[in-house]
Amino acid sequence: MTASPPQSWRRSATALSLAAPALILMVIFLIGPLVCVILLSLTNYQLGGSTLQLIGLGNYAELAQDPTFQRSLLNTLIYAAIVVPGSVLLGLGAALLIEADSSLRSFYRAVYFLPVMATIIAMAIVWEFMLHPQFGIVNLTLKAIGMQPHDWLHDRTLALFTLCAIGIWQSLGFNMVLFMAGLTSIPSDLYEAAAVDGAHGGLDRFRIVTWPMLGPVTLFVIVITAIRAFQVFDTVAVLTKGGPSKSTEVLLFTMYSEAFSFFRTGYGAAVTVVFLVIVLAFAALKTFFLDRRVHYS
Amino acid sequence: MPAGIERELAIDGSDQRSVPAVSPAPAERLGEVSLHQIAKAFGATRILRGIDLDISPGEFVTILGPSGCGKSTLLRIIAGLSPQDAGTVTIDGQRVDRRPPSERDIAMVFQSYALYPHLTVAQNIAVPLRMRRLNWLQRLPGFRFLPSGVSALTDEIRHDVDRVARMLHIEHLLDRKPGQLSGGQKQRVALGRAMIRSPRVFLMDEPLSNLDAELRVHMRAEIAELHRRLQTTIIYVTHDQAEAMTMSDRVVVMMDGEILQADPPDVIYNNPAHLRVAQFVGSPRINLFPGSTTRDAINVLGERIPLKTALPANTSVQVAVRPHRISLAKDSAGIAGRLVHSENLGSDLLLHLEVSGCADRIVVRTEASTAAMREIGSTVPLSLPPAAVLIFDMDGRRIAASEAITA
Repeated sequence: MTASPPQSWRRSATALSLAAPALILMVIFLIGPLVCVILLSLTNYQLGGSTLQLIGLGNYAELAQDPTFQRSLLNTLIYAAIVVPGSVLLGLGAALLIEADSSLRSFYRAVYFLPVMATIIAMAIVWEFMLHPQFGIVNLTLKAIGMQPHDWLHDRTLALFTLCAIGIWQSLGFNMVLFMAGLTSIPSDLYEAAAVDGAHGGLDRFRIVTWPMLGPVTLFVIVITAIRAFQVFDTVAVLTKGGPSKSTEVLLFTMYSEAFSFFRTGYGAAVTVVFLVIVLAFAALKTFFLDRRVHYS
Repeated sequence: MPAGIERELAIDGSDQRSVPAVSPAPAERLGEVSLHQIAKAFGATRILRGIDLDISPGEFVTILGPSGCGKSTLLRIIAGLSPQDAGTVTIDGQRVDRRPPSERDIAMVFQSYALYPHLTVAQNIAVPLRMRRLNWLQRLPGFRFLPSGVSALTDEIRHDVDRVARMLHIEHLLDRKPGQLSGGQKQRVALGRAMIRSPRVFLMDEPLSNLDAELRVHMRAEIAELHRRLQTTIIYVTHDQAEAMTMSDRVVVMMDGEILQADPPDVIYNNPAHLRVAQFVGSPRINLFPGSTTRDAINVLGERIPLKTALPANTSVQVAVRPHRISLAKDSAGIAGRLVHSENLGSDLLLHLEVSGCADRIVVRTEASTAAMREIGSTVPLSLPPAAVLIFDMDGRRIAASEAITA
């Protein structure tokens, strides 16, 4: 079937008009702001200011010298390096345990998923109570079993790791649900074939069937968790405000304080661009490199 | 290819000694399977009701039945993939009820092939050997680069994989992933994975049902040939009577969780023990006429068929005749049917007749030439040769009958 020129023109016009609403919204709400942020990061604009000057890469040059930003970037990387493996492995473990036995399955699923659905700000306040140095349940429990209590949120060496623990607690349930969906889609034939082929016990089964078959899910979970870890903000803002002495300063919190506390919008925009580059790098790594290695065809 | 069989047989025979046997004495690797009173229920539904079956070493047994008759469940019980509620499975004199599948020395081919999608064809076929010859640590990726003797073992495995790949003509596919293979190629890989460690018994669960018709016919011949070459016991589950009839030494017809008959294909076809066996096997379906016994014959729709049974006179029976055994009579004195449809198969003609007194249409298979001029709606007189008539009681059980010598 061959389409005459007017027909094909009409078809592409139809296609364009159908795609247009989504395209326009995408430009207004996604691409437009992104371009604005990138442009802003090249200026010395201050919030509420009436003038602005293009200063080229000046903001980025300052970022490279800024000890707060360096600290912030390092803290974010440490946070991601702990939260990603922690919540992915624990999420996988929880999913495997829950899938292994059908009793109380939906109860466990709901319990683990609760932190995902709860407002993290509200939950952060609960954590604050629990971690209170004097009457928090964590320290009371530690004292009761004869261990050393700590000031979890105000100790410079501990605060970031405390936030990591809360971060793992928060994203574990989401990862678990994704892994459970992945587990149910593994054909039972494969486990049976593995049993006939000589896979004894859970570890063999996991190595030859579960882990490879979960490849696409695992990759997705890792990338999503990494991006969410880089976005950590709520718990920092509520619990530590970047302190004590910048020990929990993270990228988005730096961006927030530069742009909205010190009103240095241009500088804040530069931090945002750095953040976006990191997140995009993850997405690109997944799409262009890793996806091919986990979809076996 | 026939010239190659001898050579490959020799290769196969010499290699078998290097394969470590799971059972203590390799000499006992015969593949004799016996099932005793196997029962299984899912909730209130009884899937298997006391299955007894003895399979001799090297036999090709097909379990044939409609879907839901319990044949796959039975195979899974033999494999050890699901436990039976009652009864015992014995392989070569050893009860294997409590052993996991891997310790029963069986191999299984699944309907879905169940290949590992992340492994290449060669790696897929090698899995059973790696699981047996290498320990947990040695199977770790990269371990073979350490000086541990593992590389010798992996070379040996690779050699065995090549041997099996040659037998199945899939040497050129060894480096591909299952996702890049056609259905027939996947089927061969699944067979290769089953063959690689020379098990005592092959279990095959509808292995050809995902293939297209032409390939199915081809693979049918190939599996039968493979069996002749390997001489390993095969238990093959299918709902396809053509597969059962063409490949097996013995067909076990199962329905509603029971074995109705276990006999060689020709006996199943010519001498069915139960009406349901007669109806399930054979295409077109066997014809059924109502009948009743007289003192020395069977009365079918007014026609006297000289067959003697042990039944008392005036007992209702079901009379079954295969389509190709009904002959067209010359005069219209006896049974006659009205032609409602005819199908030309080229060599043969299928006449669909409505016979008053019969619930279903009667199908007659006849040579095209003899029935060429019959028109739809015309009356076709039939005769039932006594030798072709099978008699069943009203419950479907076969009634022995002998041709009465008439004066």
